[in-house]
Amino acid sequence: MKYVNPKKPSERMRIPRQESSEQPAAERATNFTEVSQGLFEAAAMVEASRCLECAEPVCIEGCPVNIDIKSFIQLIFKEDYVGAVNKIRESNYLPAICGRVCPQESQCESVCTLGKKHPAVAIGKLERFVADYETKHNLFVPPRIEVRRDEKVAIVGSGPSGLTCAAELAKLGYNVTIFEALHAVGGVLRYGIPEFRLPRHILDLETERIKALGVTIETNFLIGRTATIDELFGEWGFSAIFLGTGAGTPTFMGIPGENLSGVYSANEFLTRVNLMGANKFPRYDTPIKIGREVAVIGGGNTAMDAVRTSKRLGAERAYLIYRRSREEMPAREEEIHHAEQEGIEFLLLTNPTRICADKNHWVEGIECQRMELGEPDESGRRKPVPLQGSEFVLPVQTVIEAIGQKPNPIIQSTTPGLSTSKRGTVVIKDGQQTSREGVFAGGDLTRGGATVILAMQDGKNAASEIHRYLSSKHNGGTTPHLIESVLSA
Amino acid sequence: MFPIIAKELLAPTLARFSIQAPYVARKSQAGNFVIIRVEETGERIPLTVVETDLKAGTITLIVQAVGKTTNHLLTKMAGEALVDVVGPLGNPTPIEYHGSVACIGGGVGTAELLPIARALKSRGNAVYTVIGARSKDLIILEPEMAEFSDGMFITTDDGSYRRKGFVTDQLKDLLDAPIGIGAVYAIGPLPMMKAVAALTRKYGVKTIVSLNTIMVDGTGMCGGCRVTVDKQMKFACVDGPEFDAHTVDFDELIMRNRTYVDMEKAALHPCKEKTMELHEAMMYEIR
Repeated sequence: MKYVNPKKPSERMRIPRQESSEQPAAERATNFTEVSQGLFEAAAMVEASRCLECAEPVCIEGCPVNIDIKSFIQLIFKEDYVGAVNKIRESNYLPAICGRVCPQESQCESVCTLGKKHPAVAIGKLERFVADYETKHNLFVPPRIEVRRDEKVAIVGSGPSGLTCAAELAKLGYNVTIFEALHAVGGVLRYGIPEFRLPRHILDLETERIKALGVTIETNFLIGRTATIDELFGEWGFSAIFLGTGAGTPTFMGIPGENLSGVYSANEFLTRVNLMGANKFPRYDTPIKIGREVAVIGGGNTAMDAVRTSKRLGAERAYLIYRRSREEMPAREEEIHHAEQEGIEFLLLTNPTRICADKNHWVEGIECQRMELGEPDESGRRKPVPLQGSEFVLPVQTVIEAIGQKPNPIIQSTTPGLSTSKRGTVVIKDGQQTSREGVFAGGDLTRGGATVILAMQDGKNAASEIHRYLSSKHNGGTTPHLIESVLSA
Repeated sequence: MFPIIAKELLAPTLARFSIQAPYVARKSQAGNFVIIRVEETGERIPLTVVETDLKAGTITLIVQAVGKTTNHLLTKMAGEALVDVVGPLGNPTPIEYHGSVACIGGGVGTAELLPIARALKSRGNAVYTVIGARSKDLIILEPEMAEFSDGMFITTDDGSYRRKGFVTDQLKDLLDAPIGIGAVYAIGPLPMMKAVAALTRKYGVKTIVSLNTIMVDGTGMCGGCRVTVDKQMKFACVDGPEFDAHTVDFDELIMRNRTYVDMEKAALHPCKEKTMELHEAMMYEIR
């Protein structure tokens, strides 16, 4: 029984958690190459041997898409890496992406039994290892599609929810078309997440693997303008639609000076670099302006991405301005840690009140005030309260606002009968169902601003619901139990 | 890919392109624009849809060589293709009945004005058109505009053609004349639109301008196109591109549009020479 982990649980607990190598902070702060290099094979084997193989693996419950984590780790231990990645792919078609950008520390790894007294199993790093192994050795084989169905399903938006929904429906045999407004596929994975966290070739590969399932992707196609939802149902002949258009509209603080030259939304700043290649100007045509001193406002992952990007574009000093304390930051711990390592200067409990202009209408500083934490607010976090008389001006030439996004209103405003909330999100009932029959939605469009993996969870749920919906329509709604058995098969 | 079906040079730095983009052609209305990219390393730029041909599935774009991308685009010939065209974007112009309207086009803005002026005429308005440019060779679309205009006026800054002066000189005469101008549509360089707005404010005549701003995606995602209208932040791509001229903060927008001027100049230089050489040769052949 060579492949059974011979170590007793007490022995496994003594094995230190294997860490992946990283580019040195000083070096990486000047390039766009991926920060984390992933686990080597030997380290992955050791890490896999740390898993306690719990009888009731709580990690699977901790994963929004319920990857069979225990099984895939056992397969790694058996050196069946392709088996492992395919095990992941049964529940999650984007393992190379999730292994990189998922907040495992607050999901699967946060509930890991080993993690109660010792560092948790590095589930995310193992996921990434098997995905990268498969790519490196060119071992990807698209899953076999057992049945072909006639119904056409339209997916609006090629971000994480749309890609996942498309993959799941294609696996069920549907004729799937993704409509993407931009010229490149991936949504926030493309325009939002920088290359040093998610290399472009990984995203391209995962996209190609979705196409390998027979999914058609139409870029340069803005639903609501190029064609409406009603037209997709009508002349285009789609039977169901999934909306995964994300939260792509930036919000601004509403302080004076926001329209000065040198002020960006994080969306614009990151899109210029990630989608348009502004870091390669003038080889690429899209320009970007980066000051000697840069201030990024916000405490989420987008703020971290923007501030770390500005450092890489050559900012001598890059500040992160956040009105609460480090504990309240919504960004992933790993990203905050990486930012600190790279020399980002954190101005915590600090709130901008005004952006100052030079005589040419350019940013020359940002006026801030110090804050202190008061009583908890509706989010449960302690509310920051300004300290009177604490105003100061920080000299900066670039200001990037990363204080949150809301859904793009184009589809909502061109689709009669589609209910939205006051925040502009699309309202859904159980099963990702919107107020319009046959229209499903998920991801940031319904959540308002969450994570890649939660978007994928929604996309996956929506795929099952669309399958249920189309099957019941097909069968006149009379045999739901049959549909259930198809779903669980 | 979006093939270039036809290209016609209107001046050494100005060309009319017919582009195969059937989905855009089907849905485009006066006032809409598209975002295009010329090549894989290119930037995304907005261009107004001047005309559509439903049968051929084409859209017409009129392009003046200003920056690197437009210069590069002007070197493209029929048979070549653009890598990306997305649209129609922005809100179409509300075509209402005002009685008499003045349509003011400055430079290449005249191309953006053409479909709007034509639609206003079809709606039953008397259309008085004023086209202005620095000099005679930059006056475009005169015959096309004249075809339906009830009055046709041209001004050049240098006096090389028709009236010497600015479009606002001519507009003032129209506003003073007893023809009951009920609305003004002005599209051109920002300083021109600002001057038109200042003039018509005195007369209390409703004035619509179409704003050209910094833009990346054109779908409401980047916020680069933000502009202050009626003291509120608006995005030109999804809230516009047309706004009530009397509520637009032109000064702020003029400053903001200068953000990348130095980088544009640096990028432009080698490209522009190539375009000019090519087009000088082509114009010579045309003559």
